[in-house]
Amino acid sequence: MLTYFLKRLAAVIPTVFFVTVMIFCLQQLLPGDPAVILAGEDQDQNTVAYLRQKMHLDEPLPVRYGYWISGVMRGDFGDSLRIQQPVRQLIQDKLPVTLELAALAMMIALLIGIPAGIVSAVAKDSAWDYLANIFALWGLSTPNFWLGILMILLFSVSLGWLPASGYVSPSEDLKANLLSMIMPAFVLGNAIAAVLMRHTRSAMLQVLNTDYVRTARAKGLKENKVVLKHALRNAIMPIITLGALEFGTLLSGAVLTEQVFSIPGFGKLIVDAVFNRDYAVVQGVVLFTSTIYIVLNLLADMAYFLVNPRLRG
Amino acid sequence: MGFVILFVIIAIFAPWLAPQDPVETSWSAIRKSPSAAHWFGTDELGRDVLSRVMWGARASLLAGLVSVSISMALGVPIGLLAGYVGGWTDGIISRLTDSALALPFLILAIALAAFLGPSLMNAMIAIGVSATPIFIRLTRAQVLAVKVEDFVEAARAVGNPHWRIALRHVLPNVLPPLIVQSTLAIAAAIIAEASLSFLGLGQQPPAPSWGSMLNTAKNYVDNAPWMAIWPGLSIFLLVLSFNLVGDGLRDALDPRHK
Repeated sequence: MLTYFLKRLAAVIPTVFFVTVMIFCLQQLLPGDPAVILAGEDQDQNTVAYLRQKMHLDEPLPVRYGYWISGVMRGDFGDSLRIQQPVRQLIQDKLPVTLELAALAMMIALLIGIPAGIVSAVAKDSAWDYLANIFALWGLSTPNFWLGILMILLFSVSLGWLPASGYVSPSEDLKANLLSMIMPAFVLGNAIAAVLMRHTRSAMLQVLNTDYVRTARAKGLKENKVVLKHALRNAIMPIITLGALEFGTLLSGAVLTEQVFSIPGFGKLIVDAVFNRDYAVVQGVVLFTSTIYIVLNLLADMAYFLVNPRLRG
Repeated sequence: MGFVILFVIIAIFAPWLAPQDPVETSWSAIRKSPSAAHWFGTDELGRDVLSRVMWGARASLLAGLVSVSISMALGVPIGLLAGYVGGWTDGIISRLTDSALALPFLILAIALAAFLGPSLMNAMIAIGVSATPIFIRLTRAQVLAVKVEDFVEAARAVGNPHWRIALRHVLPNVLPPLIVQSTLAIAAAIIAEASLSFLGLGQQPPAPSWGSMLNTAKNYVDNAPWMAIWPGLSIFLLVLSFNLVGDGLRDALDPRHK
């Protein structure tokens, strides 16, 4: 088991290395001299020369990568040009908001996707199955920013039940926080619910056709016990693994949802940075999100290995 | 399939089908609700929403087709090379692909579009490049399965050069799953283009695109909801159609998915 974990960890190293190289190269696509851009309108030659030296712009590309990556490994993602704050600080400030949104979205996705998938598999080719499949197609085909606008129209403008935008910290007012997050969380979780529903259906259909499920039925067990105790327990692991991977997707999906509902999170940070040409922030956020994604992938693999006796051999 | 054809016809014939100029403003018709004169209503500058939706189909379909063409043009040859040659070439390409897949699709597309500058063409390049790793991985996996088949062995035994075996014998046999994936990728690319335009990184105003129309519409949702309903519904129907075509093709080409 230890060998497997070590091998899996070792495989992550080149992936992370190439990710950092790609993100570093992205910055090189930028037109113009960063030192001139940073120096501002007056573009004093001494200032530009000082900045070029400070930013190691006179060094060859691999050396500059070396400086950059050594900073990243110390947790230094550089400074935001616009806000004049370390990128690390900005990420630390915005991440909790997005994590809360993503966690609520995942909860909603699990609560809708897994039961819908089970019902769809158990009642295959019934009206429930068709309904669940229509829901999945709806979830996969609806742009979440449009769904967000429709929900604002219904629940905020027409019914007046929920606030249309804004964010209240849970430490300030938990009820107001949940009221402000429920629509964005649903919008974000909708597509993931559809993905989970499809995978649950497919995994359950496979398991429901196995010998041990037939044996359980032959023993006279009640159908709900057969489905929930025997079938679901064996089908759930790939679904949970997928859920862990989809959590990474939620972080990027949050970009649009936060924009629609004016939530000051991670997604809004990257969009604002893009429009302010604050490339250190863009680079930092992309690197951070990718690392989370890689770590989640690794954890999902390890969890899968731990609970699957056949893999442990 | 019917909806896909309908949208293609609308996109091609938009100059003749659209009742009005999509960028022509009218100060006397600002945010008018749907009527006989303006079936889908008008926007904040008095432009006809129906005409803008029709012209917007061009941007969306173009983005879907061009982005996926870029992904396939890059991804299929690289995947074919990795799968067919194997060894170190495969190892390096696979590690790079894994790394690219670790970058969340939309975040990567946003970052690329930001670095390249906001425009429809750059958005298409950003989406195409971001989706390339999926095609590399899929092609490689298919090539690995096909290259050990008897007919490839036979082609090798009669002395065909490697490039000929790869292009004439392996490639045609890996195409069906790639066609299915490309249909689904078009749906994803249409949503991605709408997302980038919604964020202001795609089609630039005043040129119509469904994403940028929704971006404007969100500011007027309380007094002009039609501005949001029609472009959003168009994205939904077009993406749904491509997803259904993709699912249908997959079922037809791979009976295990039935």
